[in-house]
Amino acid sequence: MTSTDLPPYARALGMTIAGHADGSPIVTMPWSDRVMGRPGFMHGGAIGGVLEMAGFAAIMAELERQGTVMRVRPINISTEYLRGGQPEPIYASGQVVRAGRRVANVRIEAWQGDRTRPVASCWMNFQLSPPKG
Amino acid sequence: MEQAPDTTTPLDRFVGAVGFDPAGWSAHMNAHGHSGFVGMRYRDHGADWIELMFDWREDLVGDAETGVLASGPIISLLDNATSMAVWTRTGRFRPQVTLDLRIDYTRAAAPRQPIIARAECYQLRRTMAFVRGIAHDGDPADPVAHAAGIFMLVDGQGWVK
Repeated sequence: MTSTDLPPYARALGMTIAGHADGSPIVTMPWSDRVMGRPGFMHGGAIGGVLEMAGFAAIMAELERQGTVMRVRPINISTEYLRGGQPEPIYASGQVVRAGRRVANVRIEAWQGDRTRPVASCWMNFQLSPPKG
Repeated sequence: MEQAPDTTTPLDRFVGAVGFDPAGWSAHMNAHGHSGFVGMRYRDHGADWIELMFDWREDLVGDAETGVLASGPIISLLDNATSMAVWTRTGRFRPQVTLDLRIDYTRAAAPRQPIIARAECYQLRRTMAFVRGIAHDGDPADPVAHAAGIFMLVDGQGWVK
């Protein structure tokens, strides 16, 4: 998965793939007025959007490694907000805990300057199904 | 005498205000930043619930092939609606931050339809507010998403920069 594979929503917020860590893509999003929540802080929904995109990128990378092609749809997300999002770029990367035949479980963290001080963390479940024929 | 420059922000009119006006808040606070990008606006409210909505737009799409919205804007809408539900219930604005928010995507949203969130604050403690809500695309009985979350009430120091 590359930056050009990101959907219109992600591109509108300036998200790109910044690289890889432990085999998972790192999704990054710049600070802009479009991601600001309460004045001076990043909106929790925009942070959620980056987390989800990193989760999606992680499961796509895992499926590619397995050589399987599946439709991937989010079932749910549960996010802990750990620190206020600062007016600077944000990064997020996911780890696939399990990718079964029907469901994938992914853990994702988002951070800004210091990777050891996450801004938000979440788990997501994805439904996997055969591609539409 | 020289007049001091006006440094008031849209938020200032709600801090310390008597009562909470969801429509006024939305018109001032949801018009800019991320909420403005998503296009959120006030729809309706009652004693302990509020409805916000946004219109389908090409640049909010998560699947270019089907036109189905990304889930990010739905998180943002539910975050704002559940947050405002707290102030709607208490009848005044107080600074708070999202502690956690869980969202179940119960089905894909129909392309090109507006998304409506209805949220309520169902329990209020001294330092915490418990909230829940749904998002739908026309029929509240057939939601596209369900949300449950907790807000931490914080002192105003540093809530905005």
